[in-house]
Amino acid sequence: MPFLIRQTLIYAVPLMVVALAGIFSERSGIINLALEGIMIFGAFIGVLFVRIVQQAGWFNAAYADGNWVALQGFVLLTMLAAAILGATFSLLLAFAAINLKADQTIGGTALNMLAPALVLFLIRILVNQNTLQMATGGAAGWFMVKKTMLGYDKDAALGFFGQTFLDKVYFATYFCLIVFVVLSIILYKTRFGLRLRSCGENPQAADSLGINVVRMRYAGVTISGALAGMGGYVYALTTANCSSTGDVAGFGFLALAVMIFGNWKPLNVALGALLFGLFKCVAASFSTLDINGDGIFALANLGVSTHFYRLLPYLITLIVLAFTSKSSRAPKAEGIPYDKSTR
Amino acid sequence: MKEKKEPFLRRNGARSVLASLISILIGLLAGGVVILIVGLATPSLGLRSAWDGIRLAFFGILSTGRDALGRLTFGFNPVNIGNMLFRATPVILTGLSVAMANKTGLFNIGASGQYLAGTCATLFIALSIPSETVPPFVIWLLAFLGGMLAGALWGSIPGLLKALLNINEVIACIMTNWIAANVVTWLFDVSNLKNLTESTKSGYIYKTTFNNVATAKLGLDRLFPGSQVNGGILVAILLAVAVYIVMSRTTFGYELKACGANRHAARYAGIRDKRNIVLSMAMAGALAGAGGSLYYLAGNTEFFWNTYQSLPAAGFNGIAVALLAVNNPLAVIFTGCFMSMLNIAGLQIKNLTGYNEYITDVIIAVIVYLAAFSLIIKLWLGGRKKKAAPAARTVTPDKADEGKEAQK
Repeated sequence: MPFLIRQTLIYAVPLMVVALAGIFSERSGIINLALEGIMIFGAFIGVLFVRIVQQAGWFNAAYADGNWVALQGFVLLTMLAAAILGATFSLLLAFAAINLKADQTIGGTALNMLAPALVLFLIRILVNQNTLQMATGGAAGWFMVKKTMLGYDKDAALGFFGQTFLDKVYFATYFCLIVFVVLSIILYKTRFGLRLRSCGENPQAADSLGINVVRMRYAGVTISGALAGMGGYVYALTTANCSSTGDVAGFGFLALAVMIFGNWKPLNVALGALLFGLFKCVAASFSTLDINGDGIFALANLGVSTHFYRLLPYLITLIVLAFTSKSSRAPKAEGIPYDKSTR
Repeated sequence: MKEKKEPFLRRNGARSVLASLISILIGLLAGGVVILIVGLATPSLGLRSAWDGIRLAFFGILSTGRDALGRLTFGFNPVNIGNMLFRATPVILTGLSVAMANKTGLFNIGASGQYLAGTCATLFIALSIPSETVPPFVIWLLAFLGGMLAGALWGSIPGLLKALLNINEVIACIMTNWIAANVVTWLFDVSNLKNLTESTKSGYIYKTTFNNVATAKLGLDRLFPGSQVNGGILVAILLAVAVYIVMSRTTFGYELKACGANRHAARYAGIRDKRNIVLSMAMAGALAGAGGSLYYLAGNTEFFWNTYQSLPAAGFNGIAVALLAVNNPLAVIFTGCFMSMLNIAGLQIKNLTGYNEYITDVIIAVIVYLAAFSLIIKLWLGGRKKKAAPAARTVTPDKADEGKEAQK
């Protein structure tokens, strides 16, 4: 059980953050299909940043000393780098969708095509193979928090809570959770959030009240890009051993599914992400999954194929869409370029 | 009628062609800039190799390798041209699929999934029917039609959801794409079609030649010796012409376009809009399925069956093909060839320089990005910016397409 919860969180938290990225963009009125592309780009930037810093030798002493506080700071720096570059990348979408009033679906698709192409092109130039890895060591050695680091004995029994949340975890996961909560509050409980959402519902009315629709939409897409870039790196760090391959296995689209499943609301999205994260986790490790620790592999004995768990999130989203299409809370003005003259 | 008197650039068709050409040029230039920057920043490449890379990105189709002095040589290369035609087959068909749906006002981002569905059905049929008892041509035909049917069924799912429940087809297509990717992996995982005899490779399905099924060459191999070309390209061209005739010469095509221009007005005029949306998506799916089908029936291609982690690029390149062709089925033939030409150029870049083939994907992505605001380019080409637009938006369905783009 601790293993299941831990692994589910590892999948669910990036999913949550990237789905929130989608919410920010769509709530401001811009459809962001490019989540997948921005994630790919963010993952690449993050891994590249880790490589460069490692090669410069800045954190090698901290690693040698086992100074895990410094190393977690390193992770935060990397997440910041991925977020900044992710936001920069998303400006391409913002510019096309807001200034040029372009078709947002096509613009997002273009970014989804651009990111893997550019990333693979650069990775091949940099390392002459299709995978960019850390310069030395792996994600587990450098960035994973283990119980020994927190002052516990190697054989200490931590109990259910400790075993689940303190051993073999990534600080990045918890940091993302904090970011998720803070930004959800900003979106719903602040003046800025209200204004941003108004631009996705009725930009004409918002404009007439003196809200700068263009600036708000830029803010929405940029925050979206930053979150997706960061989420992309966290995904690469926690599930792909901090490597980048120009691919996040459809995770960005899964986040899009989570966003729709959660009806564009953060709390529902968090629950949806946990559910879909659980499916991801089960699909990845169900054959060796011992839920209660009693030596019975219940899921493996169930005989359901791993492929079924993999396609379940998409199928559920379609079914949910089919049943809730009448009461969908999708932002009213999403996908429509704002034109002052139609006010 | 009035159009003939208008200046050349004010004409809608001319502006569309010019806008596409400009997109292509900017795309290629962007690729060139990336090559140049990367070349200058990487010690092992340098300016000389960047220049080689840029020339190949533009003229890779004419590349004939390097001469004794190590300089790039250019000239007619039948292998490249033949391979270009071969690789154009699937993207022409996925491009047709996207263009067809676009004409009906639907953005078919699900061509990848339909392509996979077609591939899957085709391979199962082509490899399961014993060629000892059934003539290979019959198997080929069944496999091809089966692929189209599977694509049509897969495409009709988002169509039904759109028509009956008004679910956005983009979202439904994205979901069905990934469901297809997983289902196809699942089906092949439990099948006995996995290639086990050639132990050097893992994760591939048998080639269809394993069952003596392959698309006929129809003499094209003599025209372009040494290349992979086969009769599939002719099938693709025939289908493009058929789509053109259906869309612009039949009542059915007119109804589809009317639905695309304004669904509610079409219903008011007595057109069954729901049926047309489903049919349009089914036909789009059939075309994308035919693309996958023809590509893997070639006999010299192998299918990597673990598809659940990434979708086939052909589906997304189809979007680029359709956008560049401004949804004209006949133009799709040429833009499809252009896309596969870039693909060949990418291979040349990979083989002859220190760069790799992904640069051409960057170029394609830039072209799609530009296509997103091609309307702006068109207006800009028309000279008098916004005043020119309403004049072009007359009521004939062809022009109504443009009006729709403006509304989005």
